[in-house]
Amino acid sequence: MNYIDKLFDFLALLGHAGISKLAGLGRAAIILGYALVAWPQPKSNFKLVVKQLYNVGVKSLLIVAVSGLFIGMVLGLQGYTILVDFGSEQSVGQMVALSLVRELAPVVTALLFAGRAGSALTAEIGLMKATEQLASLEMIGVDPLRRIVAPRLWAGFISMPILSMIFAVVGVYGGALVSIEWLGVYSGAYWSVMQGAVDFYDDVLNGVIKAVVFGIAVTWIALYQGLESIPTSEGISQSTTRTVVYSSLIILGLDFVLTALMFGDV
Amino acid sequence: MRTRTIEVLVGLFLIAGIVAALGLAVSVSGYAGNKSGTYKVYAHFENIGGLTKKAEVTLAGVQIGTVTDIGIDPDMLVAKVEMEIFSDVNYLSIDSSVQILTAGLLGGKYIGLSVGAEDEVLVDGSVIEDSQSALVLEELIGKFLFDKVSD
Repeated sequence: MNYIDKLFDFLALLGHAGISKLAGLGRAAIILGYALVAWPQPKSNFKLVVKQLYNVGVKSLLIVAVSGLFIGMVLGLQGYTILVDFGSEQSVGQMVALSLVRELAPVVTALLFAGRAGSALTAEIGLMKATEQLASLEMIGVDPLRRIVAPRLWAGFISMPILSMIFAVVGVYGGALVSIEWLGVYSGAYWSVMQGAVDFYDDVLNGVIKAVVFGIAVTWIALYQGLESIPTSEGISQSTTRTVVYSSLIILGLDFVLTALMFGDV
Repeated sequence: MRTRTIEVLVGLFLIAGIVAALGLAVSVSGYAGNKSGTYKVYAHFENIGGLTKKAEVTLAGVQIGTVTDIGIDPDMLVAKVEMEIFSDVNYLSIDSSVQILTAGLLGGKYIGLSVGAEDEVLVDGSVIEDSQSALVLEELIGKFLFDKVSD
């Protein structure tokens, strides 16, 4: 009899965990649903979205641009030292541009974005919850999902592809700086080999699609973790950590799936 | 910070995004919406040996166009290559010859064009008669071995 009780305890534990995970997923879906309904409209919430674009996008610009520059320069340097052995150092532009546009720009930008903007969003929403600002908003008849969460989600959706494209362009010019000015690759070859190899739809647009998907994933996770955080200082710090960890894992996992879908059938 | 400053900065951010998109489109991928400034010429090759679309067509090493399509000519059973030549290069004589060349040891294939002597020039739809196929390493080795044996 005792064993059967233990079995039921275990089943109950499992069921409780499953139900709470499912409920969490449901709440996350509600957040996304509300946000998609409350898309930026000139009359109602445009100013809120602009303010969040500043917080999420403009403030991330410097770290993204600087990282892009250095990653492009490193790619140029590494690519040159490998390719020069085969006498095809003209292809360094192709290597820099393809690795940036297809992979590095969306992935590295998203990782930086999760660390720079995602963690800030989680902490902000978590503190709002801890100081009962969200509850107060609800009391005076303002829906916090529409007023607080939706503009932040949209700002994330819009910022990520822009940041990723800026990363790629800065990186390509960083690679050009190193390989043309420093290592002496003929500039015409750098650009023309690159333009011959990079296809607008296959490479550039797929990279932008990746960036959009990562942007949705990161901001969604960040806001969900903020709303679900335990309203204590320790709870907020846990949620912030979770945002960065989950976002990074999701980005790298999704990147594999998207790459397999986009470039897998060569 | 004042709302107006924030709005201006966000506006700049969005413009930077558009500029980056244009930069990726034009300078990185070489995407030019309509190709009105070109004309098409064709050439037949016995073997294109790794030539791809978007490969360069060059005259004296300078790019004068790109390869836009590669297919098989069902009548002659040889490769048919479609090239788009920039319109301002309108002085290529009708007896020009084309040759598939390689840039560096591992570099991509490109088409080198040598001008002939005729006064008549290539126009849209012309076919270049004189073509030389890509150098295929296996064939070359085969020839070399055959020569050795016959010696």
